[in-house]
Amino acid sequence: MARLEIDQLSKRYGDFFAVREVSLDVAEGEFVVLLGPSGCGKTTTLRAVAGFVEPSAGAIRLGGADITDRPPWKRNAGLVFQNYALFPHLSVAQNVAFGLEMRKVPQGEIAPKVAEALKLVRLGHLGDRLPRQLSGGQQQRVALARALVFRPDVLLLDEPLSNLDAKLRQEVRIEIRELQRQLGITTVMVTHDQEEALTMADRLVVMEEGEVRQVGTQQELYERPANRFVAGFVGRSTFIEGAADGQGHFLSEGGLSLRCRPTAPGPAAMALRPERIACAATPTGRDNCLSGTVEFVSYLGAAIDLHVRVSPAERIVAQIPNRADVRVPHVGEDVHVGWPAADGIVFPGKGAGQTANQGIA
Amino acid sequence: MSVTAAAAASPVAARRLFTARRLGRFALKAAAAFTLAYILTPLFFVTWLSFFHQEIPSFPPQGYSLRWYQAIWSNDRFIDGFLLSIRVAVVATAIGVALGVPGALAIARLRFPGREGLNSMLLMPLVVPGIVLGLAIYVFHVETEIATGLPVLGSLGGLVFGHVLIVIPWTVRLVTASLAGVDRSIEEAAQSLGADRFTTFRRVTLPAILPGVVAATLFGFVSSFGNLELSLFLVGPGRTTLPIAILQYLEWKIDPTIAAVSVLNILLIAGAMLLTDRFVKISRVV
Repeated sequence: MARLEIDQLSKRYGDFFAVREVSLDVAEGEFVVLLGPSGCGKTTTLRAVAGFVEPSAGAIRLGGADITDRPPWKRNAGLVFQNYALFPHLSVAQNVAFGLEMRKVPQGEIAPKVAEALKLVRLGHLGDRLPRQLSGGQQQRVALARALVFRPDVLLLDEPLSNLDAKLRQEVRIEIRELQRQLGITTVMVTHDQEEALTMADRLVVMEEGEVRQVGTQQELYERPANRFVAGFVGRSTFIEGAADGQGHFLSEGGLSLRCRPTAPGPAAMALRPERIACAATPTGRDNCLSGTVEFVSYLGAAIDLHVRVSPAERIVAQIPNRADVRVPHVGEDVHVGWPAADGIVFPGKGAGQTANQGIA
Repeated sequence: MSVTAAAAASPVAARRLFTARRLGRFALKAAAAFTLAYILTPLFFVTWLSFFHQEIPSFPPQGYSLRWYQAIWSNDRFIDGFLLSIRVAVVATAIGVALGVPGALAIARLRFPGREGLNSMLLMPLVVPGIVLGLAIYVFHVETEIATGLPVLGSLGGLVFGHVLIVIPWTVRLVTASLAGVDRSIEEAAQSLGADRFTTFRRVTLPAILPGVVAATLFGFVSSFGNLELSLFLVGPGRTTLPIAILQYLEWKIDPTIAAVSVLNILLIAGAMLLTDRFVKISRVV
């Protein structure tokens, strides 16, 4: 257990930066999740910490010691792979014992430690099995036990849940998090699944195109996204392109005049969270009140998405709860939508239209 | 009207489909049986012939005996040839596998210019006709002897060196194929758990490619043991491998001794295959 410091880490392949000047400080016992779409550099960053990617620049320190140039086998990092990477020819117990044997732990002490680690992941009775005789979820837990048994300084999880089915994934999330808290082990996890990231992390690092876009807690990222990308990737947002006047007014390309948080004047985009938009048959009485027509209804189960046309150029998504006392408008119905000025987050700049409506399928 | 026609037509169509499928299955079985017979017929006749009593092979046999098997034991050329072939094959296989495995590792795992070329070159001895290869090595030996004065020509070392070239392509081919099936992440897992490169190879990679290595050993051994063309150029006076002894014997006689020797040869190789197959399923590797 130790503090992990990543300092100005870069990895370059020719002209292409897989990771560019990534800095991150993970406190002792903290659970940090690297979140981003595929190709954003999160896995490269994790593999650099594990020692499988040689950084082009920057430094990595673990427990105060510079490990940048150490080979993987001298780093004392426990790594769990997406496909678990269990040794197929060794039994479950032998798999778990591997790290202890490499550390020259006396033979007599290995068996009790292995038994303890397997008990920790509730597989105490399966030590004699071969990996292929276990289910995916069980293999995943063996991989976890194998990475934890030698008390690594840091636990690295590379998309550890993506090969599990949806229901099991939800259980294992909680299980891993509780185990991590119980052991107080510094942990870095990589995932592209925002729900997984939000459930498990103490802090999240949102990455895109090899760079860190924002670091913060779930609430910080959700309430105060630093840019359009984060607003689209963490939670969901509808984007309206337009211009801000610098005094809390926003004029959309479709001609809507909206109130928002005061920002610098100029071209900008406003991000709206669907769950912050009220939708009713009568005017909502919020700072921003618009009337529109429902064009699409998406039934999600717990909630319902309404895609409402509010101007010839703009459509916004409002989410309403799925309850008996809430009437669901149908397609073609005229409705009123509204939201307080503070819920319209405005990002200056233009040309980021490609990322508009990210996260809204 | 049309409804009845459709009802009547469908069982006919179904039966026709069923017949076609049965015919197809029969044709497949027949083809398999023919191929098997084609392979086994010579083996069958050689085995049968080896038990004929008469000296000149002719049908029908004039009785059966084991005299030709006894004749082998009194023929020093066969005994010596057999012992030499075994010795050469064992040593050549050991050297060939020891060289071929690292070669296969380099080809499968490292990225370097000329990798493809190296791969083709290591497989070359399998493609080049044995007689050409034998001649090339022979010329090389002659030139080396002239240049250095060392007694290379017809030496045991020279023979073994030639046979190593038979073993290497088998090893490279089978081991690279095995390596392709090894998940790289288990090697990384071993390293992250504290194993250095060599320990990772010994504890994780080698067990994973062991079927390929065992198969390479077997095929290398069998190819070396049965090789004729290459050996013809490389044997020296008083040094004759079993295949050459068989060939030389055939120049003077055609009695069933040769058949008896062949049967023992086949049994030895079949035994090796069966034994290997107990540990490694050969059909899964080759």
